[in-house]
Amino acid sequence: MSLPIAPKPRLRRFHQARWDEPIIFELSTPGERGVLVPRPEPKVRDAVGDVVAALPEGVRRPTPPRLPEIAQMRVLRHYLRLSQQNLGADLNIDVGQGTCTMKYSPKVNEAVINTPKLADLHPLQAEASAQGVLEVFWQLERMLAEISGMDRVSLHSAAGSAAIWTNVAMIRAYHAARGEGDQRTEVITTIFSHPSNAACAEMAGYDVITIHPDADGYPDIDALKAAVSDRTAALLITNPEDTGIFNPRIREFVDIVHGVGGLAAYDQANANGILGITQARAAGFDLCHFNLHKTFSTPHACGGPAAGASGVSAELAPFLPGPLVEYDGDHFFLDHNRPQSIGKVAPFYGVTPNIVRAYAWIRALGAEGLRAVAETAVLNNNYLLKRVLDIPGASAPYASGRRRIEQVRYSWQELHEQTGVTSEEIGLRVADFGAHYWTSHHPHVVPQPFTLEPTESYSKDELDEYADILAEVAREARETPDVVRTAPHNQTVHHTHHDDLDDPERWAITWRAYRRKHFGEHP
Amino acid sequence: MTPAPRTLPASPLAAPGTRRLGLVVNPVAGIGGPAGLKGSDGADVQAQAVARGATPRATARAVAALRTVVRIFPGVEVFTAGGVLGADAAAQAGLPGRVVATGPVHGTAADTVRAARELSAAGVDLLLFAGGDGTARDIHDAVGEGIAVLGIPAGVKMYSACFAVSPVVAGTLAADWLAGRVDSASSADVLDIDEEAIRTGQAEPRLYGTVRIPRVQGRTQARKTAAPASAAAAVRRAAAGASILLRPGTRYLLGPGGTMRALAELIGVPKTPLGFDVVEDGHVLHADADESALLAAAAGGPCQAVVTVIGGQGFILGRGNQQLSARVLRALGKDALMVVATDDKLTELGGRPLLVDSGDPALDHALSGYTRVVTGPGTSTLYPVRAPEHHSIDTDGT
Repeated sequence: MSLPIAPKPRLRRFHQARWDEPIIFELSTPGERGVLVPRPEPKVRDAVGDVVAALPEGVRRPTPPRLPEIAQMRVLRHYLRLSQQNLGADLNIDVGQGTCTMKYSPKVNEAVINTPKLADLHPLQAEASAQGVLEVFWQLERMLAEISGMDRVSLHSAAGSAAIWTNVAMIRAYHAARGEGDQRTEVITTIFSHPSNAACAEMAGYDVITIHPDADGYPDIDALKAAVSDRTAALLITNPEDTGIFNPRIREFVDIVHGVGGLAAYDQANANGILGITQARAAGFDLCHFNLHKTFSTPHACGGPAAGASGVSAELAPFLPGPLVEYDGDHFFLDHNRPQSIGKVAPFYGVTPNIVRAYAWIRALGAEGLRAVAETAVLNNNYLLKRVLDIPGASAPYASGRRRIEQVRYSWQELHEQTGVTSEEIGLRVADFGAHYWTSHHPHVVPQPFTLEPTESYSKDELDEYADILAEVAREARETPDVVRTAPHNQTVHHTHHDDLDDPERWAITWRAYRRKHFGEHP
Repeated sequence: MTPAPRTLPASPLAAPGTRRLGLVVNPVAGIGGPAGLKGSDGADVQAQAVARGATPRATARAVAALRTVVRIFPGVEVFTAGGVLGADAAAQAGLPGRVVATGPVHGTAADTVRAARELSAAGVDLLLFAGGDGTARDIHDAVGEGIAVLGIPAGVKMYSACFAVSPVVAGTLAADWLAGRVDSASSADVLDIDEEAIRTGQAEPRLYGTVRIPRVQGRTQARKTAAPASAAAAVRRAAAGASILLRPGTRYLLGPGGTMRALAELIGVPKTPLGFDVVEDGHVLHADADESALLAAAAGGPCQAVVTVIGGQGFILGRGNQQLSARVLRALGKDALMVVATDDKLTELGGRPLLVDSGDPALDHALSGYTRVVTGPGTSTLYPVRAPEHHSIDTDGT
């Protein structure tokens, strides 16, 4: 007779590990080593000579890098402890990270990129000896062209927002080639589009005009008509926007911009709800881009390295960053002879491991599989929408009563007015149940916002668990609001002073920056 | 229930240095709303409201806010005015409180002004007040931009931007302020309508000035863009956007509001707080210009008015800047206006349009449509503009 298994609580009694772990630089002991490399034998030394002296002066460091000195097993413990203080993608239900499109990155693809065939490739080796990886680039470009309907695709950009910047650079090159570069100084976007559109256009020197939604939650088409002129360089727009509302009049938006000689760029950073269903080119767009880490499963990797793909119509293909991979029927080769190209946007060809992961993911799914991804993501999202709207105090502004595509920007405003508890505090309390909270709602148009995006990766059971957590925290907000207001309680870090993260004079994401900004050191 | 004493002893928990909370209740605030009287100003209206069966609700709302404060920050030391002006609410909330503002209660605005002055002098760290726009105006008259204040919404009209969205939220913000969890205060416009005018269908909210309110910057904001880290930085950014559009040899009529003050600082000229200043090439040609001075400026060559959004209702014309009349706007001709505002000001409108009320329906109609609002250097928002419908102003007091 088997032993009975004790029933588990409906909500997890989670508690994060806490290690009070120092920073690895603080663990450093002078002279401590992980691996002691044997000194070369005299015969070897004599044969090789002074290898450092053979290096050009300019590439020699005057002083060794200030790296921590620490034994191997201490390094392992250090990083394993840190990993236990994290809510990583493989650990929790992170549908709370809406707009980020958190989906499963299949582990088999890690095995693919770790094969010596790929890991030992050098970007400078001869094309004839790198035919395999060139074919992967070439094939993925064509897959993304098929998905978007575009004529050519470049995989050069080393991140999603970098691909937007690449598109803006091509837009500028296109107008310059037509003699309208000085005249077309404005880029139009919408307030609920991916915020990187406005940011990249601004960085590229364009004046950015933003359009707000109309009462139904669609971008205001009359505002677009009022915004366009012979100064318009392009419209950069997301569809569905971060509200999860799909704009059915998108073709009209594109036509309005084309009518004044501008270009239209489709931000498909997150194409998760429309894979195999719509094509950017079918709506008349001239350019589009994908974030491979959103739609195509490559890891988000804590901010990089990511990979971005830019797709363009035939008219814009000459401006793509170079070189492009071509195929002569026999061999794959890099075409550097592209006089109108905007040039390099990243070293060599792109973030090859992510390109290979995305290729493997698409090949594993096939065309039907890609469409199933979108359909499942939309179904998951609308199931979660129903569960969330059943929670008193939660709402989904705009498009009331209508279904959404792949994500929803919700609001806790009603609960906030009744309890004083904010969306941010609710999110931090959610973390006490071992699930990820929300951080990405710029701009702050929806009051007390939270954005949930379940993707295709999560099961119904997991969506139910997440909705149950939200319902429990909403109940706490009414009955024991101070438990929520003082959350998190089961996490390693209680509250951070985010001024330290917002002030460029203070933030430090490296040890070197921390020493420089806070101790005035200039290494 | 045992009646609570009118005068409460100071909290034994209140250690030296404990942050002190001031409370003023306008006992008749909002009394006219449920009675359909579009406001509660004036003894006649208040008597009429009582005759229609209205009961004051400001005290109940203040109690709800105070209960939240004490729940979150039990060590709070409450300073109030006597009786219905605050002590009653403190007692009902079960809070230790100290009555510092005493004196006869006349049932007029003077009660609020006197109480707020005395509480400010007593060294409170935050002044909570329960009322509506009229009360906010009295608080502004009493403390100006001195101590931080926060409105518990209890009035009929709440055009001013100094109210929390609910009594519980007011209490939460106040407790966080006292506990030192809110670092910054930001300016909020105080507006009020002449209620006699609204009862006859002519709503004319005016900008009376600004007060300082606690400001909480959410951690969830602005992670993907180079958005300004504070409200003040956002205002400076919008002003900087306007400053680079200023052309030499053009006269600019700088209107009222904090954003215009920031623009004047960038140009390096003084600014009349509630008025228009005529500025050209970094010099003030005419400070606090009235309509005739603005007309003269408009007649003297290239000229443009620079205005911002006044208050929480989205007015860019006709509220607090009536000097910029229809005659002046017609004289300015095409491109009469440069509108400057932070992204937050626009998003806080929740999709409602900007409003123009020049007093000339034909001109308002001509100005309606979409206007470009400068939000920063090289950034703008194309935003709808409409003429207000006088009779649609929300007066249900909710």
